Amino acid sequence: MAFAAFGHSGSGGKAKNAPASLGSAKVALLLLAPGIAYLSLFFVAPLVSLVITSLQVPSAAGVIGMYDYGFAVGNYAEAVVSYFPQILRSFGYALVATLLALLISYPLAYFIGVKARRWPLLQSLMLTLVIAPFFISFLLRTFAWKQIFSNESWIVQTLQTIGVLDVNQYLVGTDFMVIFGLTYNFIPFMTLPLYSTLERLDIRYIEAGSDLYAKPSKTFWNITLPLSMPGVISGTLLTFIPMAGDYVNASRDFLGSTETTMLGNVVESNFLQTNNYPSASALSVILMSVILLLVTFYVRKSGTEDLL
Amino acid sequence: MATEFIARGADLELQGIRKEFPGFTAIEDLDLRIPAGEFFALLGPSGCGKTTTLRLVAGLDQPTRGKILIGGKDVTNTKAHERPVNTVFQSYALFPHMSIIENVAFGLKQRKIEEPMTKAADALAMVELSHLAQRKPSQLSGGQQQRVALARALVNRPSLLLLDEPLGALDLKLRRQMQIELKAIQMEVGLTFLHVTHDQEEAMDMADTVAVMNKGRIEQMGSPEKLYDRPKTVFVSKFLGQSNLFVGKVEEENASSVSINVAGNKITVPKDRAEKHKGTIAVGVRPEKAFFHEEKPKLGAGNNLIGPGEIIDIRFTGVSNQYLIEIPNVGNVTVFAQNVGKSPVTELGAKVWVSWKVEHAFGLSDLPVTTATESITVA
Repeated sequence: MAFAAFGHSGSGGKAKNAPASLGSAKVALLLLAPGIAYLSLFFVAPLVSLVITSLQVPSAAGVIGMYDYGFAVGNYAEAVVSYFPQILRSFGYALVATLLALLISYPLAYFIGVKARRWPLLQSLMLTLVIAPFFISFLLRTFAWKQIFSNESWIVQTLQTIGVLDVNQYLVGTDFMVIFGLTYNFIPFMTLPLYSTLERLDIRYIEAGSDLYAKPSKTFWNITLPLSMPGVISGTLLTFIPMAGDYVNASRDFLGSTETTMLGNVVESNFLQTNNYPSASALSVILMSVILLLVTFYVRKSGTEDLL
Repeated sequence: MATEFIARGADLELQGIRKEFPGFTAIEDLDLRIPAGEFFALLGPSGCGKTTTLRLVAGLDQPTRGKILIGGKDVTNTKAHERPVNTVFQSYALFPHMSIIENVAFGLKQRKIEEPMTKAADALAMVELSHLAQRKPSQLSGGQQQRVALARALVNRPSLLLLDEPLGALDLKLRRQMQIELKAIQMEVGLTFLHVTHDQEEAMDMADTVAVMNKGRIEQMGSPEKLYDRPKTVFVSKFLGQSNLFVGKVEEENASSVSINVAGNKITVPKDRAEKHKGTIAVGVRPEKAFFHEEKPKLGAGNNLIGPGEIIDIRFTGVSNQYLIEIPNVGNVTVFAQNVGKSPVTELGAKVWVSWKVEHAFGLSDLPVTTATESITVA
């Protein structure tokens, strides 16, 4: 467009507009091409492949791990029936951990983004601290938590002594531990979007609220929170979606046990251990569709489509 | 509730208010009393402490020292939401996520006043915006937003309404219209208005009493007419309208007047219009009260006369011409002449004398600092 504008400045002929806009369409297409190529190759093609795999049937030759093309819609029903507890658990864990992350992150982001505005140095220091854990592999950090809460750790021993845990009760492998791990690992993804909205929050609205007789709690519910909804929405989406598909925290090798298996763990074992590709693919498609539906509903319900 | 739903204004009293911020003092020892039902303007340049004063009254900031009383009640230690005060903010600060009617009803709902929506609708009708009740603030023009902000504050029937340069963002025509409306509303509802502005015309036009603020203190306070007619300091004489100032030593003094010598010209000022009667003093006159003459006139004792000088600049402003006359050893003098049919004589370079009535002169308590006063002159 800019080139076109330079092209006939002064001459001002309308006739020249047509070739110019044709040229800009070409430019636009050229600019989009890498993105389109990338998405087709790495998103659309795998997705199509995934759906095709999810409908495959066991090979006629009877070789384990070999499948023929088919249209076995029953794979989906079977997956849902067999793994219903894991599906529920995935979304349950993700929901609880998202809420916990929100409860922890909001005050933190509010402090960094609003209260610390007068001290830019403190602000950047705290932001750095929020991001700092990323410098260490998240597998290592999760493993560290396993050590900290291990059966022999002083934390567990103390909890047993004071009677919070029974003598034979431990933390690793419990719902609590997996939710703890999920919350911990995804807190930065909640804090950062919250911070970026709260940092732009105009204090004058809060002042106007208190000028109009609203107590601090009312000002928060009626003004601060609604105005920070874009951050809340993107923060919860950024945590809930990957949490629902997470397979590290709930894995037996990390914080979980066979009692805490999530969808991600099932997909992993079906793909890599039992070689049940159709079932794993069907579960992946189910996970993706449910998340898509939930997100659409959530964004609609909160009425902030235009804010995202 | 901390505040009852009342429909009349209350007095505002500030006692020995001081406000310090890290590194500077915004307000030094401010005493002020605004009687109930008055339209009071705090006038001053940016950074003079007027907005800080307003924020202290609203409860958005705490004074370092001093007391704030509203209707005789000490509110110094109460929070903003507990004070019977509402503010029309400079930025309007309309809640962007609420509709116009929700914005207006907000204060009523917080205080659990009955029928908030009906009252809010009435307030919107008062500012003639009923048809926009369901819109969002971003869909309104600046003038409409300003009126919503006014309705949102007034609907609460506060004892005291604070206006923080609410007309600053509007264009001239709309501003004139809003000034008239605001004044009409104030007379109608009888509330106490505290209006903060840097626009001297706005302050003089709307307020019953104007306080001119400078560097954290009130320089002079009074009715607009009085302030204009008889400024007491250089700052007031220059900030509120324009002034020609002459500095000289007092050489003659009698029962009713003193005269100073300005480069050989005798300038007389009535004693009751002068702050100081001894030493070196500054005497001023408003440009529209001075006249110029092409020949040296014969004038009685009731007049001051200086000159001759040379016209070095003529500015046509429609209703009047503004002449800048350079008088050797005295400086530049501005004279306004009305354009009444016959175009005033003279062209650039003409030799003229300037005169004005002694009773129009005023003597100031301080002396102009050339550089400093130049920068605060408001055209």
